[in-house]
Amino acid sequence: MKSNNKENCFRKVLMTGNDAIAEGALRAGCRFYAGYPITPQNELTSYMAIHMPEYQGVFIQAESELAAINMVFGASAAGFRAMTSSSSPGISLKQEGISYLAGCELPAVIVNIMRGGPGLGNIAPAQSDYFQATKGGGHGDYHSIVFAPSSVQEAYNLMFAAFYLADKFRTPVMILGDGMLGQMMEPVVLHSAPLEFSENIDKPWALTGCKDRNPNVIRSLYLKEGALEALNERLQKRYQMIEKTQQRFEEDFVNDAQVIVVSYGAMARIVKSVVKKLRQRKLKVGYIRPITLWPFPVKAFNRKKTTVKYLVVEMSYGQMVEDVCLSVPDKKKVYFLGRAGGAIPDTGQITRKIYKLLR
Amino acid sequence: MKKIYSRPQSLYDVVTHYCPGCGHGIVHKLVAQVVDELQIREKVIAVAPVGCAVLAYDYWNFDCTEAAHGRALAVATGIKRMRPETVVFTYQGDGDLAAIGTNETIHTANRGENLTTIFINNAVYGMTGGQMAPTTLLGQKTTTTPHGRKEQEGRPLKISELLAQLEGVYYVERVSLHTPQQVINAQKAIKQAFQNQIEEKGFSLVEILSPCPTYWNCSAQEAMDWIAEFMVKEFPLGRIK
Amino acid sequence: MAKMRINQQKCKGCLLCINVCPQKLIEKDDKINNKGYTPVKSIYTKQNCSGCCLCAIICPECCIEIER
Repeated sequence: MKSNNKENCFRKVLMTGNDAIAEGALRAGCRFYAGYPITPQNELTSYMAIHMPEYQGVFIQAESELAAINMVFGASAAGFRAMTSSSSPGISLKQEGISYLAGCELPAVIVNIMRGGPGLGNIAPAQSDYFQATKGGGHGDYHSIVFAPSSVQEAYNLMFAAFYLADKFRTPVMILGDGMLGQMMEPVVLHSAPLEFSENIDKPWALTGCKDRNPNVIRSLYLKEGALEALNERLQKRYQMIEKTQQRFEEDFVNDAQVIVVSYGAMARIVKSVVKKLRQRKLKVGYIRPITLWPFPVKAFNRKKTTVKYLVVEMSYGQMVEDVCLSVPDKKKVYFLGRAGGAIPDTGQITRKIYKLLR
Repeated sequence: MKKIYSRPQSLYDVVTHYCPGCGHGIVHKLVAQVVDELQIREKVIAVAPVGCAVLAYDYWNFDCTEAAHGRALAVATGIKRMRPETVVFTYQGDGDLAAIGTNETIHTANRGENLTTIFINNAVYGMTGGQMAPTTLLGQKTTTTPHGRKEQEGRPLKISELLAQLEGVYYVERVSLHTPQQVINAQKAIKQAFQNQIEEKGFSLVEILSPCPTYWNCSAQEAMDWIAEFMVKEFPLGRIK
Repeated sequence: MAKMRINQQKCKGCLLCINVCPQKLIEKDDKINNKGYTPVKSIYTKQNCSGCCLCAIICPECCIEIER
């Protein structure tokens, strides 16, 4: 399938999450990809190897995840949309690089197809890297914008937002998928960039050779007194702006809900099926699905009714649950159900827990 | 009367942070002279990783980026692949290139990236206070080999000879700074390394034996003499590839 | 005849130039510059500067300029 011909632009194509992410990146203008083999995201890397040349972009299989994130640093410093992808252990190796991207105010997209951890873990899906992604896995006070798609179509769609916001806010943006989302196939409409994300953002700071201008310097070392603080304040202002304008979430059946189930990514698909079934039995259950994990969608949680109970369901031992506790007036109303190491909370467990909370 | 030797245009007229007698000052000047001579100031992009010379952008009058310790060649790869029309070079110390960054060094060279690397071998980690480097000589005292480097702490690493084995590598030369004549040779090698990149020949590396009086605990002249007497025996000069 | 000009405010007193000058025309100065280093200065003897530039070549601070 030649990826960028126009006529399949609105046809539905059956694709895996990994492929859809790569295709979305290419159509969003990504012209540099550096990756390293790690299951369960290998197909994304080989998709780039096949299709990046069709866009006259550069694909490199790097010698390590460390090298890959720093190659992305270079391509981004040169003014191009650049991306890398990996899975949990590989993403750990990239944390220093991501911190440098943040400190140097460089845009980049980093895709984490999460797997069971810690350590080598396994290759089954998990959500145990939430803290690493949203609380800044590297050193220093920084945040990456973190998106959590829960369908192959959404994974494709979010690439346009990811590259646009990375350029706009000059920050790393992470896509948090998981082994399930990466490997499963779903029909995808390969639409082109939505209007709101197709504006070109110029990069006067890029390294292009200092013809007709003063030299550009890309740095994160600020030794002079007060200089690093000034950088940090600039970043913090930007993060506040992102928090104000970029909170994204999906919710349903929440107005009269007594129990609202909160989950993201592939986990949210299972939760939604449970909620819909219980709604048919006239039970007052709703769901909230954060799409941006950072900035965490606090807006979704300020509601007048204070008797609502929140059930957070994650493929981890409780990470996003902490952000939910921070977002609700009474954290005693926040309950948790989670399994990790590749295990996935199933519909039966979720249903039983909801019934208990409804009593 | 006409100026026959003066500050190159690509070198800002500022006092550097380097210690008295440090080789970095000399090599910064040589790089700037070569950039002027080849008229590439508006096309060159420097990658300065962590090390004494991470502040090189305060001295060079052209585009420059920092890189994480050991990752300069990965950053340079990203830049060069996306902007092949620019002239991209890394300016790395021995710790950066031959310790933490060895993997990037070997694989960038093995890919034959069309890049230029200026490799400053001063046998210690300067920025952090004189620790042992991969190129520290046996018996050489540093803050982490207080009784002199012993064999199980590794022998002086001949990274240039190592890289010369890789087919992707086009040019490797080791030069020194311990006399004006050596400095002139160093400038020729640096020019050659940049010329190679302009002619798209592949990966070029110049290893420069450089004095570090502060952490060799001696005067600037004694440091030059130490290079001539000891370093050059361990790291023979000349064209390696 | 050539002329050597030393920018004493940039000199850090490493003295490398003194040893390489074939005419021995450079000496330590006795005053301190604004960075606190004792710079070198050119001295005038029977010998005069031949413009060989060895001092400028070895200088790590690029603070010697030669005219001829």
